[in-house]
Order: sequence, then structure tokens, then C-alpha cells
Amino acid sequence: MAIEVEFLKSIPYFSGLSLTELDAIKQFVFEKTAERGELILLEGESAGVFFFVASGAVKVFKTSAEGKEQILNIVRPGESFNEVPIFDDGTNPSSAQAMGPVVLYGVRKDSLQSILRDYPQIALNIIKVLAEQVRQLVSLVEDLSFRHVIGRVAKILLEYTGDETALRPRLTQQEMAAMAGTAREVVGRSLKALEEEGVLRFDRHRIVITDKKALQKMVEASL
Amino acid sequence: MVVMPVVDQEKCNGCELCINVCPCRALVLVKNVITVIETKDCGWCIQCEVICPSGAITCPYEIVIEETH
Ligand code: SF4
Ligand code: SF4
Repeated sequence: MAIEVEFLKSIPYFSGLSLTELDAIKQFVFEKTAERGELILLEGESAGVFFFVASGAVKVFKTSAEGKEQILNIVRPGESFNEVPIFDDGTNPSSAQAMGPVVLYGVRKDSLQSILRDYPQIALNIIKVLAEQVRQLVSLVEDLSFRHVIGRVAKILLEYTGDETALRPRLTQQEMAAMAGTAREVVGRSLKALEEEGVLRFDRHRIVITDKKALQKMVEASL
Repeated sequence: MVVMPVVDQEKCNGCELCINVCPCRALVLVKNVITVIETKDCGWCIQCEVICPSGAITCPYEIVIEETH
């Protein structure tokens, strides 16, 4: 598959450029595909390349020493990832993995320098994209004051428990997040932590509370 | 009957991202909107919900208490 100029035009990075200019930029862009689950970038390595997602979705994450994963961002078509090392010469700040089959458009560091030399006007676009990424990360940092969230998640679980007779209300992680005033990802992490503590278990579409008392204690402790 | 993720076909824009990330082929595009096929292979990984840009597909949980005593 060739690099599609029409797609480049739809990327915020290149907004304001003409099709002729994009056609010239095309030569600096290479295509890469990855299968579901394939690691595209490893945290700490030097790739010297950043990517746009052309189709599919990519998970950007960090892994702790104990192997726990923290998702930083889900990258959808038209969005980019891993530009930080392009600008600060450091290593990849996080890993990236294909969530399904993906098509990526990659740009190497020296290529971006050439593009910026020829089309300096896109520097403002790039700053805007990076600013959006900073804003998204700041809000994640805010949400990851996670210890306070777990009590709120425990409260929601207890409030929304159905009994055998009543029609059980069903809740998505997204809805729990909205109720707890946090991000979906933080709720996912809280539920996993509760599972590890033996307070609940997942049974496919069911959350089974196995230790109601412990959950109640968590709610009280957070008040 | 297998409980499956819920699609709000009004909201679905047919972008197919959920199909792309679903590991079990439970999702198909019919007339430009997602239709869910019942399958036990769906392990409720909620990837489809996480990736959907328009909030059209959701994986709600039932919350139950295990009666041990
Ligand atoms: S929950 Fe996972 S397995 Fe089930 S339909 Fe969604 S993506 Fe597919
Ligand atoms: S990701 Fe959402 S909007 Fe896109 S096809 Fe699937 S349900 Fe529809």
C-alpha cells in the first residue's frame, strides 16, 4: 500500500499544506504494519522514529518493575506517538503495542528535520499536537492520585449491587469512572487492585464481590 | 443466550476500530453499523468499548455479591 496523500492531509500535523506539498513530504514517510499484540516500540530503547496511525489502534504504555502496566494513551487513526525522543534525543519514553492489525506511517528524526526545514509553518501544528498530549498526560497524572479513587469505586460497587430478585443495574467502567470523577483507565486499575486483594473477581460480564466487609471498610476509610 | 457488549447503532459511525481490536470476531459491520454476534469466545476484555471513538459500544457489568455463608 502506498502512502496516501489524502490521509496525510487529514492529519493535524500537516494541516494547512497543499496536496503538492504533501506529495513532496510523502517521500519522508514510510509504511509499517504490525499484527495484533505486536510490540512496535520498547520503552528505554532508541528508535529515532515516530509514527502516525493510519488504520487500527495502538496502545502506549509503561511497565513497572513488577510487570504492571499503565496505559498512557490509546492512539487512533490520524494521531501520532513517540515524538518526544525525536525532539529531545532521548530514548522512547514508553512502549507501544498494536491492539489489532495496524498500519503505521513512520517518520525518522532526520526526515522530520528535512520536512521542518522545507515547511517551517508546520512547527506550529506540531506544538499544538504536543500541547494536546501534555494536557492529556496532566489529566492522567491528576487521575492517578489513585488511592483516593479506590474508596469511591468500592462505594459505587456496593451501591449498584443487585440482589437475586431485583433486576440488576449494569454499569460500564466508563460509567463508574464518570461517577468517581476519574478516568476509565483508573477505574480499570482500581478494579484490578481489588481483584488482587481478593475482594472481588471477574466472571466475564459480572463483577462478583467476594468480600463485602472488606469493601465496606475501604469505603469507610475513604470518608 | 450469551450476554454480549451492547451497541447503540445510532451512535456508531462505522469506523470499524472495534472490529480491529476485538480478539474474537464477535463484531461485524452490517449496513455500515456494528452488529454483535453472540459468542462465548468474547471474554469481556472491553477493548471494543475502550477504542470506540463515539461511545457506541459498551460492556456493562452486573455487580453481584457472592453468598458464601
Ligand atoms: S469485549 Fe473484547 S472480545 Fe468481547 S466483543 Fe468486545 S473486544 Fe470483542
Ligand atoms: S468503534 Fe464504535 S463507532 Fe467505530 S464501528 Fe465500532 S461501534 Fe461503530
